[in-house]
Amino acid sequence: MSLLAHDVPLTWYLLLSAVLFSLGVVGFLIKRNLITVFMSIELMLNAVNLSFVAFAYQWHEVKGQIFVFFVMMVAAAEAAVGLAIIIAVFRVRATLAVDRIDLMKL
Amino acid sequence: MHLTLFFLFAGFCLAGAINLLWQTHPINSALALIVVMTSLAVLYLLLGAEFLAIAQIIVYAGAVMVLFTFVVMLLNAGREEHTLGSRAAARVGFPAVVVLLAILATIILRAQGLVAAHLGVGLTNAKDSSNLVVLSQVLFHELLLPFELTSVLILIAILGAVAIARREGSERTAEK
Repeated sequence: MSLLAHDVPLTWYLLLSAVLFSLGVVGFLIKRNLITVFMSIELMLNAVNLSFVAFAYQWHEVKGQIFVFFVMMVAAAEAAVGLAIIIAVFRVRATLAVDRIDLMKL
Repeated sequence: MHLTLFFLFAGFCLAGAINLLWQTHPINSALALIVVMTSLAVLYLLLGAEFLAIAQIIVYAGAVMVLFTFVVMLLNAGREEHTLGSRAAARVGFPAVVVLLAILATIILRAQGLVAAHLGVGLTNAKDSSNLVVLSQVLFHELLLPFELTSVLILIAILGAVAIARREGSERTAEK
């Protein structure tokens, strides 16, 4: 298996990860839909996961991959709870625009 | 070969992420995010993380994104409207994000020597045996307690999601 014989530098993976993270931040700032804002958060999590895997590969350290595994599990739980909260908010406010959801009170 | 695959799927990743920002309809953004996650799975495969690549497809591109598309369709989320807040956020946010990206890129490019110096340190048997064997050895021996706690966390998350999303007064109709 020649999968481990690699010629792509680690720096490129890290730069890709940084760009994806920044795009996630941009989405978090400019998107006005609650669900799309949540998707931008998932994009940021994925970008960080990529740099974890890249470092794990570079240093032959399996702990980095295990960290990504735990991040995935927590992100799945977070997505379930977050989307339930979005459904509950939509039921009360009847809107998904973040500018209209500016009060914690019902 | 690796270089070609890296550029191809890094391009898919960036195109998907930009498409996510470009689309105004949430369902299109969700589909763009699926493209990003699947391309990331291929990049994980290039980095020798076979298990994570499969888990990425099953958990992220599968379960999480199905949940997202399901909620988009359930709430009938339409085209997003641009308000005063979004224009202000764009004006302040874009320079801040450019600065953030510049700082990150500088740190990454500066740390290049440090990364090269550490090459070859750490688990040496990660190269010899299968990725899955090494991963499960560490996960089920050293990190058994955190792993089990994760299952408890997911159980609590399921209960919380059901409790939050349940319709008001549904227990009364259940009693009748």
